[in-house]
Amino acid sequence: MGYLDKLELSVLPNDKTGESNIIVTNLDTLFDWSRLSSLWQMSFGLACCAIEMMATAASHYDMMRFGVIPRPSPRQSDVIIISGTVTLKMATRIKMLYEQMADPKYVISMGNCSNCGGPYWEYGYHVLKGVDRIIPVDVYIPGCPPRPEALLEGLMKLQEIVREPGLRG
Amino acid sequence: MIPSDIVAAIHSSFGEGIGTWHKSNSENAYQRRMGSYLEVADSSTIRDLAFFLRDERALFFDSLLLISSVDNGNGTLSVIYHLESTKHGHQLTLKATMPAENAHLPSVTDIWLHANWQEREAWDMMGIRFDGHPDHRRILLDDDYPGFPLRKDFKEPDFYHGMKVPY
Repeated sequence: MGYLDKLELSVLPNDKTGESNIIVTNLDTLFDWSRLSSLWQMSFGLACCAIEMMATAASHYDMMRFGVIPRPSPRQSDVIIISGTVTLKMATRIKMLYEQMADPKYVISMGNCSNCGGPYWEYGYHVLKGVDRIIPVDVYIPGCPPRPEALLEGLMKLQEIVREPGLRG
Repeated sequence: MIPSDIVAAIHSSFGEGIGTWHKSNSENAYQRRMGSYLEVADSSTIRDLAFFLRDERALFFDSLLLISSVDNGNGTLSVIYHLESTKHGHQLTLKATMPAENAHLPSVTDIWLHANWQEREAWDMMGIRFDGHPDHRRILLDDDYPGFPLRKDFKEPDFYHGMKVPY
């Protein structure tokens, strides 16, 4: 009996809370909200930043409460988090994986190495100085390595980009 | 066995011409132990020397710790073998020097298996060929990377597969 009561939709506001059961919105906002609440990530942990990403996914900082689930395949993911040093050998593979991701796709560059080459900027003959030389990056997270809170802030900035796409999304 | 006894055993088997023993006369005992090496005169005798060092009961160098390579800056490259005996507890260092053009050495992979990856790294970083190596290819860099990075006259490429390499 209680379950049948809850199924009835009421246009009149509820007496106690003032809420009604009907929301009026448009499809774009609804889709953007659902997209930002379930950004499935393809975790690309390369070096030390991967440890911080694992710490963010663990229970203390808990990335999954944002809806971010690590997926192993590029075809099943919305965002790729490049965490760690990108060597020239790995760069060709990253380009191939980015092209395999389905639209709409986003890239988060985590840490100094994938932002600009990091500590290897001067003498690194084997390092790609920033992953934005091969793929377009949406959010840069500075740090060596960035704290888990910094990675969560970067995720929230990406959620803002998804919520108001404009020319960027 | 103390190092001079090891060198005496080598000299008695191969003769004095196999190499010269460079003894470090530092006051620090650790530097004396680590800085002394046997400079092999002829690189082609490395394999005979390696078999002797491994199979001789009194020496029993069954463990190759490291192969490192050095660019001396004057047109020669050196390869240094660090050996240890797990049974007797003594260590030995061998050094082989060769000119930088067409630098090659016989491979010791079938004597100590650890030399497989160590020699691949020496080829990748310094460009030293090892004759008879079963898997002679680069280990750290990509297979078509131009040049050998740890040489003194190495200049990093401007573009690699369309990517700009310098900062």
